[in-house]
Amino acid sequence: MSQLPLSVTVNGEPRSVEVDPRRSLLDLLRDTFGLTGTQKGCNQGACGACTVHLDGRRVLSCLTLAAQADGREVTTVEGIGTAGDLHPVQQAFLDCDAFQCGACTAGQVMSAVALLDEPDWETRDDVRELMSGNLCRCGAYPRIVDAVLAARESREA
Amino acid sequence: MHPFTYTRVDDVAAASAAVTTDVVARAVQTPDDVAFIAGGTTQLDLMRDGVWSPGSLVDISRLPLTDVQVHDGVLVVGATVTMAALARHAAVRDVAVLRDSLLLAASPQLREMATIGGNVLQRTRCRYFRDPTVTQCNKREPGSGCAAIEGTARTHAVLGVDAGCIAVHASDLAVALVALDARVRLSGPGGTRTLPVAELHVRADQDPSRDNVLAAGELITHLEVPLPEARSGYLKVRDRASYEFALTSAAVVARVEDGVLEHIAIGLGGVGSVPWRATRAEAVLRGQRASLALFEEAATAELADAFTVPGTDFKPELARRTLVRQLRDVTEVTA
Repeated sequence: MSQLPLSVTVNGEPRSVEVDPRRSLLDLLRDTFGLTGTQKGCNQGACGACTVHLDGRRVLSCLTLAAQADGREVTTVEGIGTAGDLHPVQQAFLDCDAFQCGACTAGQVMSAVALLDEPDWETRDDVRELMSGNLCRCGAYPRIVDAVLAARESREA
Repeated sequence: MHPFTYTRVDDVAAASAAVTTDVVARAVQTPDDVAFIAGGTTQLDLMRDGVWSPGSLVDISRLPLTDVQVHDGVLVVGATVTMAALARHAAVRDVAVLRDSLLLAASPQLREMATIGGNVLQRTRCRYFRDPTVTQCNKREPGSGCAAIEGTARTHAVLGVDAGCIAVHASDLAVALVALDARVRLSGPGGTRTLPVAELHVRADQDPSRDNVLAAGELITHLEVPLPEARSGYLKVRDRASYEFALTSAAVVARVEDGVLEHIAIGLGGVGSVPWRATRAEAVLRGQRASLALFEEAATAELADAFTVPGTDFKPELARRTLVRQLRDVTEVTA
């Protein structure tokens, strides 16, 4: 099968590669670019572990063809902060103890970072609903909600 | 996943010209097919599971169909507008049935990906349809039977079905759209036409191997939603509080004047092989004095001929109660 030329900006850096048309954005990020922070959980759009930003919107990279990201900007968990300079959402997850095994955390964080810029939410219930696309099998949900609300407060402070 | 070629098109005519078979209407896609992809949330799942194996994909996600406008009281939505974008639009926020059918569906990430056109044309979640190792499926292989009849069928349909196929149409949005008398604008090799959403899908008891009536090369370009001069609401009942398909749902658009139901339109979800317009219930209600007894009578009439299997025995009663509750909530008539 012929390869497709693809140009995509990942975490601010322009990249050009050739891909199999079947390759998902998730596999492009992990296997082609070595950005393994984004996790492959269910690989069928059910768990949210693969959440990244495509032109600033949170999407599931497992259900996105790499080819469909051509010409777009992708942001992964590697692109929002560094070990020495965490994103406020990452700091809030640490402060609130919002994870146990960590398998879902990159997806949770990317989802939460996008949520901070979305309208029409306020309460704990709103956060639970709007974070419902990210499953946590350790059940850290109450603290994930704490972290999202703390991140919003720290941003407004 | 079966190999495929990928191309992207920039205009509707090119998209239409690329697809020369009735692939959009058929329940399955084969290596001989050139198929559309937009949001991809159903398409990729079905391809990865081996249910669909199109030989070629035409990406229509960047067609210039991204506008949401209101013309003369009609909301006109481009087919590639995402569920999330539509739900956030100012004109939609005030139409409860439309807004809630969007926001109670899927997850935030899926709503950012899934397009309006794709949502309306989404395929059934029937686990037997979605598992190619299951040999009995009249949708995939006409004449082979239906594994769901004797299988686990909790989420399956009870209206517009028979023993040949009980697959449910899982869209929440489409249920709201039939209650709003919405239409789709189609574009194809033969030109353009407009079709009520209520006439877009094919019932499983008519032909399970076809999902809709689109002709070869036709695609949805716009959705037209007359904005109602009535109250409305969408009630969704499901097995968990969020990120789950409906067991039952009710979309109600109603206007009560001096105690009389001057306008009533009802869509039911989770129960039909198509987004179900509850015409029997409407006939009981229309022009009558609103009362709880009348709501009960209407809901009972709609579910009277439900086709059930052991797994879906509970559904007619749950659907009946869902509709009665939503009629009460929208009309605020409680006695």
